[in-house]
Amino acid sequence: MRVVEKRQLLSAEEISRTLNRLAHEMVEKSGGAHDLALIGVRRRGVPLSERLASAIRGFAHRDIPVGTLDITLYRDDLSTVGAQPVVQSTNIEFSVDNRELVIVDDVLYTGRTIRAAMNGLFDLGRPRRLRLLVLIDRGHRELPIEATFIGKTIQTSETEIVEVRLQEIDGEERVMLVDRVH
Amino acid sequence: MLAHLSNLLGIEPLSREQIEFFLDQAKPFQEFQRHPLKKLATLRGKTVAVAFFETSTRTRISFTTAASRLGADTMALQAEASSLKKGESLMDTVRTLEAMKPDAIVLRHSSSGAPDFVASRLDIPVLNAGDGTHEHPTQALLDALTIRDRKGRLEGLAVTILGDILHSRVARSNIHLLSKFGVHITLCGPSMWVPREVECLALNIRRSLQIDEALEGADVVMALRVQTERLHEPALAVDEYIAGYRLTPERLRRAKPDALVMHPGPMIRGLEIDSAVADGPQSCVLEQVTNGLAVRMALLYHLVGGPPAEAPDPAKD
Repeated sequence: MRVVEKRQLLSAEEISRTLNRLAHEMVEKSGGAHDLALIGVRRRGVPLSERLASAIRGFAHRDIPVGTLDITLYRDDLSTVGAQPVVQSTNIEFSVDNRELVIVDDVLYTGRTIRAAMNGLFDLGRPRRLRLLVLIDRGHRELPIEATFIGKTIQTSETEIVEVRLQEIDGEERVMLVDRVH
Repeated sequence: MLAHLSNLLGIEPLSREQIEFFLDQAKPFQEFQRHPLKKLATLRGKTVAVAFFETSTRTRISFTTAASRLGADTMALQAEASSLKKGESLMDTVRTLEAMKPDAIVLRHSSSGAPDFVASRLDIPVLNAGDGTHEHPTQALLDALTIRDRKGRLEGLAVTILGDILHSRVARSNIHLLSKFGVHITLCGPSMWVPREVECLALNIRRSLQIDEALEGADVVMALRVQTERLHEPALAVDEYIAGYRLTPERLRRAKPDALVMHPGPMIRGLEIDSAVADGPQSCVLEQVTNGLAVRMALLYHLVGGPPAEAPDPAKD
């Protein structure tokens, strides 16, 4: 089996414009971002959350706390994956109690990652509100979970994969749709 | 590719890469100990048998708590309350436990090699929680984690271990671990407890019978518990040991000013260690205890859960 690129969904410039728009939406929706804090889900939610915080710093002159969440220990498929995933660090230096938290991830698909992220966050305290921001919503949910802030919604088939490439992790910047070919 | 570990029987057979993997994997579990809600569901539905054929408080509680914080249930067996007293063999006791379908066994036994013996006959992971005078691998891992956190590395450090080296499984596991990382190890104690042969245990070992000389320039000082039951042995009285080897503030000044003081517990204040040292700013005795939980959670997570994945999944959802 190999994968082939079908088309580009977002260019580097479109990613940047999309994140800027999402940053504005978040500030607006949270009434000035006083208690706002971002939680980046490993791995690609982490650079995205940092970029969003830096955008907000730029136009709203506010420092938004940013944390990093590893969902490995909260996965629901550990008894079935066969290989035990390596655990990464969770790094949330602020109290989540009474915060307006926004979980940031690159792609929303089955919703299982976000379910795990919510469980992980509730172990840290009781946020006042929890919202979700994703760069791409590709459908095919297996749980009743939806995002409040969405960069781009696309139709996909189950065999397709949405590949998000970010400078900080992948050394290039674009989002593409690839397909598995047998 | 990291070779998968199906049992943790000792430090000696582990590669440096395997040790580093578990030290790294303990990091997220160290953070976890600071969470307000310390309960995961990661190993929910799994059962860990904690079989202690020799008395212990801290190691047993640490393993039980580690399993419980991961969401696993524990099945406890203790020597005093068990059928061992009635004459049952180790193998029969273990087979009985196995018949209750645990997913792993944590084993402490007064006979060196008991965990190897059990592991060779069971299909589930066996974790050695201390066997005779052989090894206490989780203690060495938590000690290494504590040193690495405080000093930033293990390579090239000077570590002095004080006390009854000959009978100490803690010393043996630490010696095997530290020597794999190029640590300069000094073993110090009365000659009957530090015989010449200990120098052959691993590379980079120096033997010293003089505490002042042994502490000179040390980055880490580990005091071992003096097993008072052994003080009846010929040619050593308690007061002689205290006079010659107790870790006091004056003696500690020979070590580097930022030297760490460690003790595997239980400490006997006034015997192997002075209270001023045990409670002093250089002591990381309590940090060792917390790190023990983190190390044991990481080990249970990987041993009970199956072989580690090569890399973090490229979470496609």
